[in-house]
Amino acid sequence: MNDVVLMGLEVAVLVTGLAVLLLDLWITPDQRRLLGFGAIATLGVIFSASFAYLPDGTQYAFGGMYALDEFALYFKRFFLIAGMFVLLLSVGTSNAEEGGQGEYLSLSLFALAGMMFCASAANLALLFVSLELVTVTFYVLVGFQRRRLASLEAAIKYLIIGALSSAFLVYGIALIYGATGTLDFRQLASLPAAVMESRILWLGALFLFVGLGFKMAAVPFQIWAPDVYQGAPPSTTAFLAVGSKAAGFVLLLRVLHQTLPVLETRWLHLLMGIAGLSIAYGVLCAIPQRSLKRLLGYSSIANAGYLLIGVATLSAAGATAALYYLAGYLYTVLAAFIVIAVVLQHTGRDDFDGLAGLHQRSPLLAAGLTFAMVSLAGIPPLAGFFGKFLVLKAALAAGAEHPGFYWLLGIAIVGVVISLYYYFGVVRAVYWGAPGEQPAGPIRVEWPLQVALYLAMVAILWLGVMPNQITNLAELAVKSLGLR
Amino acid sequence: MASLSFIIFCPLLAALLIAAIPRNFKVLFRLIALGATFLPALAAARLFLGMASGHDGVQYEEFIPWVYSLGITYHVGVDGLNIGLILMGSVVAFAAACVSREITNREKEFYLLLLLMAGSILGAFASYDLFFFYFFHELALVPTFIMIGVWGRGERKNYATFKITLYLSLGALLSLIGLLALYLQAGGQTFNIVELTRRLSANPLSPGAQQAIFPLLMFGFGVLVSLWPFHTWAPLGYAAAPTATAMMHAGVIKKFGLYGLLRVAVPLLPAGAESWLPVLALLCLGNLVYCGLVAMRQRDLNLLLGNSSVAHMGFVFLGIASLSLVGVTGAVLVMVAHGFLAALSFALSGYLHQRLGTLEMAQMGGLLKRLPFIGTVLAMALLAGCGLPGFANFPGEALVLFGAVTAGRWLVILAAWAGLVIGGVYMLRAIRQILHGHLPERWAGVPDAPHAWHKLPYALLLAGLVVFGCFPGLLTKRIQPNASRIVQAVNGPMLADSPGEPEVPGHWLAGGRKVTGHE
Repeated sequence: MNDVVLMGLEVAVLVTGLAVLLLDLWITPDQRRLLGFGAIATLGVIFSASFAYLPDGTQYAFGGMYALDEFALYFKRFFLIAGMFVLLLSVGTSNAEEGGQGEYLSLSLFALAGMMFCASAANLALLFVSLELVTVTFYVLVGFQRRRLASLEAAIKYLIIGALSSAFLVYGIALIYGATGTLDFRQLASLPAAVMESRILWLGALFLFVGLGFKMAAVPFQIWAPDVYQGAPPSTTAFLAVGSKAAGFVLLLRVLHQTLPVLETRWLHLLMGIAGLSIAYGVLCAIPQRSLKRLLGYSSIANAGYLLIGVATLSAAGATAALYYLAGYLYTVLAAFIVIAVVLQHTGRDDFDGLAGLHQRSPLLAAGLTFAMVSLAGIPPLAGFFGKFLVLKAALAAGAEHPGFYWLLGIAIVGVVISLYYYFGVVRAVYWGAPGEQPAGPIRVEWPLQVALYLAMVAILWLGVMPNQITNLAELAVKSLGLR
Repeated sequence: MASLSFIIFCPLLAALLIAAIPRNFKVLFRLIALGATFLPALAAARLFLGMASGHDGVQYEEFIPWVYSLGITYHVGVDGLNIGLILMGSVVAFAAACVSREITNREKEFYLLLLLMAGSILGAFASYDLFFFYFFHELALVPTFIMIGVWGRGERKNYATFKITLYLSLGALLSLIGLLALYLQAGGQTFNIVELTRRLSANPLSPGAQQAIFPLLMFGFGVLVSLWPFHTWAPLGYAAAPTATAMMHAGVIKKFGLYGLLRVAVPLLPAGAESWLPVLALLCLGNLVYCGLVAMRQRDLNLLLGNSSVAHMGFVFLGIASLSLVGVTGAVLVMVAHGFLAALSFALSGYLHQRLGTLEMAQMGGLLKRLPFIGTVLAMALLAGCGLPGFANFPGEALVLFGAVTAGRWLVILAAWAGLVIGGVYMLRAIRQILHGHLPERWAGVPDAPHAWHKLPYALLLAGLVVFGCFPGLLTKRIQPNASRIVQAVNGPMLADSPGEPEVPGHWLAGGRKVTGHE
């Protein structure tokens, strides 16, 4: 019974998902919105319930499969916030979704539950299952607008590459099991040194990393990101951009620091290289983009690189930086996708021409998008600045031990400057772009979306101006991971 | 007394207030902006007069912990180094709000950004915490980009916006890396500049580390101040910027890099300064001579002013690089003087652009007849720009030259002298082309600034130039203790009979000593 209480948050989310699915059969179409609001309110309750958990050290459930510590709770709260925003976004743009509203809501909730399980995975089997729960639901969510060719194309791409990465993942897990005879993180961590040298184990670990790299959209596993970001419905893309990426990072951090202790040194160069390549690839490919969703796809690759710098430092400061960075990234990307969703609904296009004159058509949307872009560009006083500041600081500190970080720092700086070019390109398109032949009528933003956008903007500003609370939470989380 | 925080947050909170007001209340935005810049200017004047001169401690300190775990605190205060800049910055901000009458579309956003800019740059000058020092400056930069983009002029507006954005961001990031490296090398516990200064003067960093960090700061800050050869963003950006933005950026925000060199780079990294400042002294020749020569060939008044403002930065670099008490004091004096001067000249060129629709000097002429007030002020500003005694630039530049002489860099002194001559040539030529000669028919109906209220911003800035020009002691006696601390940090404690470090008495220039080589 105690086990079930420990994973009460996930159970509650799953039950909510099932309830939505069931209630959808009973209600009339006009009440669908209410269903959405009900689900959001329930998530809100679950979110506040998460503060009732005060893990004293790490608590395990189901024979050590499931771990609950501050680190897991940090990410569960993160995913719950992301889930609430995504549901709000999908309710606000419900006219655009062709499929059933109820199914969309419940699938999102299942994906959310999967992400929350990821945060607590302490066993390779649970890692795989929870990651698959996320990936499989996203196959459906990406292709949800089944009459739109782009959406289907994105779904197929995501399916093929996702299946490939799942294959790598499960193969890697099999190899690790073959070499060590265990899937449990704690047992893996206490293996004798002789086993650690096994090449099969290393091959398995490498395959595992491929599977996680796909979730994080890091080079060279990034290939799906721009197409899928562009093709999927905006609410799905938003969830994919924050939730799925964070799921990859939570697992990476846990595997890196809590399974095979020697991974830390073995993977150092790998992580550094991938971080540098992701930043370089992301920013360079983003320069010529005209589609906002595609631009954010490339920017998400670059951001995976910045996050990986924090992870690669293998220090508490670096991990804290990555955790804070993710929190800032969450609100920033959500704000951007709320605006994109509304613009897409009204103009049918997500390119820069569709943004022309946005500041006249809806000052709120223009301000929201500007907030998001300025924060992504890493400019104070918004959240993105403090995140980049922490990452750069951690990298500079790590440079004392490993000079390779100075190179990484150089790439990061050049990356930030280049990214300013395209982020400000979006701001320019909003405020002083040449107005095309667009009908310049005002855009009315539905109130749920208005609320969501205002909340995201306030959060971006708040995180940037008052970072103390989040850094404290992140530090607590990192400490529970065993990092000093 | 929370006076300093008032100076910083009055504009910032007013910006928030503007954000909350519906856009129909156009008059209200302007009134709020005027009020929220006027009150800080008054408060700054009070601080300036009220502060105790003659010692180098921090006064009017305020201290609020912000992020405990990293040692970041909101820590503001004034001393001789920044009080002049804060006074100048707040006066320029008020003047910039006054002349923004020309903005007739999207007033709400404009005044919001202007106030954001004003509050944050004053915050950067007042901060004694490395993090906020950087944070506030970066916060002041973003409005610059957006303002040039939205309200800028000329067909090269977009190009200028992106150029200035990328250059300044690169400079800021380089300096951020330098500041972070400094913080980590000093133990990674505090961003407090006072505390860091104390620690690092007790246990200086290894010379190797200092020599690695100093260039990051020098070039990072250098790009922000348009150090040659990273200056090309400046004339272009100022030519494209709306009047208030050019005033604020050229006058105030640009001084941040110089202030950073004096506040952080030189005193905290003395060994780095010793080996890198000669490089700075050579590069500033590019500012003094090269940019001066470029300015000489400009046909557009704004481009001329932009290039001359780049050239003037050479004097400040020169003063800092001389590492002598006189030179550093002069550098700070030039920073303040140039702030007033640049703001005044861009305000005037903005007036001309608004009334004439062009800044092509060849098309002007004889405007003094039509514009007795504006024309006179313009002539005075341009004369102040070539270092005429009586204006604040003169004592500053003279001190810098003396400092360079004591440092014994003859090549540089020669170049600075040449720079002064070149400055005289293009400024006088501009006066002749714009104000004298035959008045073209099309400008026969150009109106002068109609009444006192319209004349106020120009008069205020001119007053700043004249007051500090006639009584430089007001500033020098406040700057001197801090300047001597900076010089001592590098050269070691000064001996009483050390040659070439004359006292800078309060009114040593009041006797009207002639300086060779001056116009």
